Amino acid sequence: MTAELVRGQNHPLPGTRMEIRVSAGTPVVAAVSLGDEQGRVVGDSTQWLAHPGVPQLPGIEVPRQAAAEHRLAVDLGAMPPAVHRVHVLLALPGAAGRPGAPAAFGAAPAPHLAVTTTEGAAIAAFTITGLGAETALLAIELYRRQGAWKVRAVGQGYQGGLPALFLDQGVPDAAAVAATIDEAVGRELSRSVDLPPVPRTVTSPRPPATAAQGAAQQSAPAAPSSSASSGAPASSGPVDYRHPRRRSTPPPAQPPGRTPSGSPYDTPATPAQPQPPQPAAAQGSGQPGTPHTPVAGDATGWSMEERLHNQVWGMFEDLSRTVAAYRSAVDFAESRFEQELDRLLADPRTRGGPAAEAARDQAQARQFALVDQARAVLDRDLAQLTAEAEVVEPALPAAFAGWENPVWHAYRVPDQPPLAVRLGALTLPEAPELRIPLLARLPLDRGLWIDSSEDRGLAMETAVAIAARLLASYPVGGFAVHALDPAGSGGKALAPLGATGALAMPPPAAGVAGVGEVLNRLTERVDLLQMALRGGAADSLPPGFDTAEQLLIVNEFPYGFDDRAVNQLRYLADEGPRAGVHLLLVADREDASAYGPVLDPLWRSLLRLTPLPSDHLADPWVGHAWTFEPSLVPPGSQVLTQVLRQIAAARPAYGA
Amino acid sequence: MTKGQKISLSKSDGGSLTAIRMGLGWQAAPRRGLFGSRTREIDLDASAVLFADKQPVDVVFFQHLTSDDGSVRHTGDNLVGGAGQGGDDESILVDLQRVPVHVDQIVFTVNSFTGQTFAEVQNAFCRLVDETNGQELARYTLTGGGQYTAQIMAKVQRGASGWSMTAIGTPANGRTFQDLIPAILPAL
Repeated sequence: MTAELVRGQNHPLPGTRMEIRVSAGTPVVAAVSLGDEQGRVVGDSTQWLAHPGVPQLPGIEVPRQAAAEHRLAVDLGAMPPAVHRVHVLLALPGAAGRPGAPAAFGAAPAPHLAVTTTEGAAIAAFTITGLGAETALLAIELYRRQGAWKVRAVGQGYQGGLPALFLDQGVPDAAAVAATIDEAVGRELSRSVDLPPVPRTVTSPRPPATAAQGAAQQSAPAAPSSSASSGAPASSGPVDYRHPRRRSTPPPAQPPGRTPSGSPYDTPATPAQPQPPQPAAAQGSGQPGTPHTPVAGDATGWSMEERLHNQVWGMFEDLSRTVAAYRSAVDFAESRFEQELDRLLADPRTRGGPAAEAARDQAQARQFALVDQARAVLDRDLAQLTAEAEVVEPALPAAFAGWENPVWHAYRVPDQPPLAVRLGALTLPEAPELRIPLLARLPLDRGLWIDSSEDRGLAMETAVAIAARLLASYPVGGFAVHALDPAGSGGKALAPLGATGALAMPPPAAGVAGVGEVLNRLTERVDLLQMALRGGAADSLPPGFDTAEQLLIVNEFPYGFDDRAVNQLRYLADEGPRAGVHLLLVADREDASAYGPVLDPLWRSLLRLTPLPSDHLADPWVGHAWTFEPSLVPPGSQVLTQVLRQIAAARPAYGA
Repeated sequence: MTKGQKISLSKSDGGSLTAIRMGLGWQAAPRRGLFGSRTREIDLDASAVLFADKQPVDVVFFQHLTSDDGSVRHTGDNLVGGAGQGGDDESILVDLQRVPVHVDQIVFTVNSFTGQTFAEVQNAFCRLVDETNGQELARYTLTGGGQYTAQIMAKVQRGASGWSMTAIGTPANGRTFQDLIPAILPAL
């Protein structure tokens, strides 16, 4: 019989092997930490903590990703003798989470845990109620008592997230450990979506690089943000009625200002709920009866950059949804017409003659009327979104803007990297003129693959435009580009990058040896960084270690690659992004067909981009096929050369 | 309001309503016996089914939280109830202006996912609220509703002059909205 535990209650465990089932109603990260008699952690972080990045420890196995349901396998018999307490931890995925995820446990259903035998028979269960702004939980504890193990319902929440929880358990580098978990979760998530991750509901300001110095800097933003999210306005009630991303609706006192044609999916917030910080401009023209005038930066965020980023993603979702409504109405009108036609034909009395003609015309008219109505609604929404795009595009900072945007002529080397970079633009056939920028969050969490099967020259040009944009987005010395071009065919396209002094490339003549040398170096680098991060010793990397993010451009893959090099490349694709090493593959999949299916995971792990417009990217909400068009330098424009010249000029000033 | 009563969702000043919310709240009933204070979990689920000409075209429930067009949104599954102690534990928000043109009726239902009948649930209610001013349009007490596990609660339908709401209140049995489709059809 199941024992329903309340906070603080304990219950004996019949054996040492068991399963812990978690259901949380929203994706959560599950982790298990091992402690001594006082509950302090035992040993270094590779030995005392099982989490998505280190899913297995002796006697413990935890899932690799955030999910609403988890099963954790526990064998207490396999615990080292020093371990007296086993803590089951739950955390909201924070920066790595999906859009719309709750910002705190108070906004999510109460997490439920059940301890069961390996056959699934329940031993004890515990529902953690009464939570508020907490983002991490010490859920239950398994502990030794006089040679036997017992379970205790704890349910201790932490507003400061995992860093605060780990600090409480006596972990010296709590923030870095929490960051490792965040990164591991984010990485798993990136495999399951087609598009780069969408920003969280409420994002914290870009945190200063604090505890994790040196090479760990690329992981640092994840750590403080999970704790900062609890400081953001948390919902006071059990559910949050506000739209996850477009929260700029005025309070209900003045709803007519936006509702007639305002941002489509806004729902008035309940008055009692605290409004997130808003830009003054976000209130728009709140006069009743007048259409809402779009304003750039009309979204939430701590900086204008973040507000624009969120606004672009809000437009992306709105366009997806409004087109979904239009398409479903058109489909319905068509199927209704066909059904009516079938009915007419099935009845001998209505099959022929003038009456049949009239009935047919009537059915057709009904179909057209519905389609016209749907089109009118679509046109209204498209007009609104187009007007929004017209104010947003010119307001975008360089990293989000197309190369044709004048902001690039005023380019200055930035002090810190932007939130995201523009990879290209997305369109739907219903609105070919309405381009939604495709913004990828930095640091990139997956590699890019420019498909060169259609046009090799243009593919390389696309790759260089992206590499230059990344280079221009980081401070001096913050980003380094390597290129492998053993066939020598990309030399001309790469030439502008070479002039910056930031491009490292073995001569094509070096062939396989040159490829191997670069891959060896990057592989070693990833391995070293991983060891440092796992060991929590990110600040003890060798002096002179280059902390810049690294981008590896590979042209005409797999030309010039031997089996060893191919394996190293796969390793870099899998493990690189976490250690700041990113891939930009320019390849025609056909060229690698000799490898058979073994390379399929590599292709899947990369985000496929095309140099020519192609409808292959799916949005994360409805799954429309969007046409992707890369962001290229306009023909004849010198803007790329100018930008790269500026970067080159800035380098000596920083001693780089 | 009583079963079958129909109210128009247009305001007295002629402007029609734009947003409504279905709220569902409950607490688990205590079980008598040796451990009198122990409660059993009861999971009630609110769903909204979108119909076009009596054909279901989309549904919003705990596994599909937003209709494809974005007009109907479920705020998230609550598996145990009681969080608000009298407040709504699950909510479905409908932006009536955004509902696709072919959708002419939206039916709201409640199911007991864990199988307990309404006789076993405490303080269970469902209600429809005008989201623009918080005014309650309809409210049903589910507790004491007898040996049923589901209720077809109400529907909103599109008319020539805007949306109107009809209370249905038909009890039924089923685990999720799929089981209820046959019970919904006569009410359309």
